[in-house]
Amino acid sequence: MNGFSFRRFLAVLRKEWIQVRRDPFTLRMIIALPVMQLFLFGYAINADPKHLPTGLLAVDHSKYERTVIAALKNTGYYDIRPLDSEAEAERGLADGELLFVVNIPPNFDRSVDRGEQPAILMDADATDPSAIGNAAAALAALTSALDRDLPPAARSAPARAPFQFEVHARYNPEQLTVLNIVPGLICIVLTISTLFVTTLSITRETERGTMENLLAMPVRPIEVMLAKVVPYIVIGYAQVILIVAIAVAVFGLPVRGSVALLTLALGLFIASNLALGITFSTVARNQMQAIQMAQFTLLPSFLLSGFMFPFKGMPAWAQWAGELFPVTHALRIVRGILLKGNGFAEIAPDLWPIAVFTLAVTLVATWSYRVTLD
Amino acid sequence: MTADLVIDVRDLHKSYGTRKVVDGLTLAVKAGEICGFLGANGSGKTTTIRMLCGLVRPNGGGGTCLGLDIIRDAPRIRLQVGYMTQRFSFYEDLTVTENLDFVAAVYELDNRREAVKAIIDRMGLADRAGQLAGELSGGWKQRLALAACVLHKPKLLLLDEPTAGVDAKARREFWDLIHDMAADGLTVLVSTHYMDEAARCGRIVYLSDGKLVVQGTPDEVAKGSGLITFEATGPNLDVAARTLRKMPGVESAAVFGSALHIAGMDRAALERAIQSLDGGLAWHEVPPQLEDVFIHLLSQPDRPHA
Ligand SMILES: Nc1ncnc2c1ncn2[C@@H]1O[C@H](COP(=O)(O)OP(=O)(O)OP(=O)(O)O)[C@@H](O)[C@H]1O
Ligand SMILES: [Mg+2]
Repeated sequence: MNGFSFRRFLAVLRKEWIQVRRDPFTLRMIIALPVMQLFLFGYAINADPKHLPTGLLAVDHSKYERTVIAALKNTGYYDIRPLDSEAEAERGLADGELLFVVNIPPNFDRSVDRGEQPAILMDADATDPSAIGNAAAALAALTSALDRDLPPAARSAPARAPFQFEVHARYNPEQLTVLNIVPGLICIVLTISTLFVTTLSITRETERGTMENLLAMPVRPIEVMLAKVVPYIVIGYAQVILIVAIAVAVFGLPVRGSVALLTLALGLFIASNLALGITFSTVARNQMQAIQMAQFTLLPSFLLSGFMFPFKGMPAWAQWAGELFPVTHALRIVRGILLKGNGFAEIAPDLWPIAVFTLAVTLVATWSYRVTLD
Repeated sequence: MTADLVIDVRDLHKSYGTRKVVDGLTLAVKAGEICGFLGANGSGKTTTIRMLCGLVRPNGGGGTCLGLDIIRDAPRIRLQVGYMTQRFSFYEDLTVTENLDFVAAVYELDNRREAVKAIIDRMGLADRAGQLAGELSGGWKQRLALAACVLHKPKLLLLDEPTAGVDAKARREFWDLIHDMAADGLTVLVSTHYMDEAARCGRIVYLSDGKLVVQGTPDEVAKGSGLITFEATGPNLDVAARTLRKMPGVESAAVFGSALHIAGMDRAALERAIQSLDGGLAWHEVPPQLEDVFIHLLSQPDRPHA
């Protein structure tokens, strides 16, 4: 048994593949988990909530103002009631009684007529960006609301709207747009569903007693580990397709970049998770320990990756820690490719850290793989 | 090292914590020999076998197996050894054929399919070839395990209680097969708790508390024990056995069918015990059986309880 043997690797791979196919739990985990999580996390996005409580701060009660308010109501997103003071508006937003406050500036009509493009300030409670995302997105279409009231010359031309909305996302500035969440979701769901499958794979052999036999046979650790990872790469891709398909069909996710590039990058990301799982599996003494290790890494990768909080808003140490996790980079890559149409050059800075991570944990796994029973 | 010694290890030591599990064991097994490995539960049989194929690292001592160093060359030893674990350790969610196919592929056998088919036929597994290993009965699992460990035509078989839970007929076939393979030059080290199996071994090695206590052919072991045994026939043997068991000098008294069998080291004490019975029994001395010897060995006071 000198070096890596492709035949032995294939032997273990075949065995793993049969086991994966026969294990109803794994299958459930593979299909149901990502779908369930996507809908669970994405529920609020999909809900497209309407009739959001909105306060109105206005002094003039002018003609244009009435038109704009009517247009806001017509979108179906805003339930508007007038407020008496700024203080009341602040309180309403803080308590969660109001999700929006519309501030119509004084002398609005005059400014419009003069072509000054006055801004209507929309204060938005962005703690749950998905709740307000669609409502905020609908504002863009409203700048033409005054067209019928205005003389033809002053009507909104693409270049110059008669007035504008300035959305001031409170509490959670980065994630105003819904689209930011789905790419993150893809990464998080993939992390959960791929990390755990391999985390259990080697400890399972130990606990079922099959490890003794496996060790007594001429297979090398790297052959076993690779064979345990490969089926899940295939499965990981199936999950990616499933998630992206749902995200596109249900949540209206745009795909602006190259699908091939996305596939490549996500393949690397999946491999990094599987490698980490295998490492836990070799380091841990039993399945319980292995699961705890996996859970222990899930939380920081949720919190520090930029999925939960805007990455740039975190303290420096947290950003440093966040950079360590593959999910942080994957998130940027997926957002970049899907939303910004990034190419290889743009994602490369986030690609190599994942590769380094994968290599490093694979080394740890090979090193800590026990070839004896003591 | 002698050239025809397949197993040649000296002064093996293994401790778990402070507990010495194998304590200075020296073992030599010749090519083509069937060596029975006996000893009480926890006496270190499994641990020794694991050290021989490199699955457990000895704390001290060493030696060779098939001429290869048991510590340095463990991977190469594994290619030529068939190890059957005490606990069933094949994949329960794979069928019999799939398990065997996996083993054949891992050993990189040429003509994998034919090899698997041949072993299935030889072991009488054909009817169960498509069944999941986890759904087999205990005895059939053992057959599968044996089939798997001879599949790659090893030079040395290490069998750890291969017939535990196997019915009498299957046990007989199993041993016929082992003898068959030994005739072709295979060397076998087999641990067992069955006396009839010990009797079929060319040589037996008895382990107690991690130390080798007795070894030799079954005959030598029986004769060399210094044990004296008497046999009686007559009525009410069970009552007599109960009385005799309490007498000084009687180490064991047991009824086998129509005969009562007593054993001890002290001839005078045994004869006194026989005399003290009311009679009605016809006594005569018999050569000690292996079983008597092992019961005697197992009940030695220096044997710690494992
Ligand atoms: N991995 C381990 N860790 C700690 N103790 C162990 C370990 N393996 C074996 N032992 C101890 O070593 C002793 C010998 O065990 P071993 O399995 O070698 O006995 P055995 O002769 O095979 O017994 P049996 O007839 O019951 O199979 C036992 O007391 C057992 O508790
Ligand atoms: Mg044992």
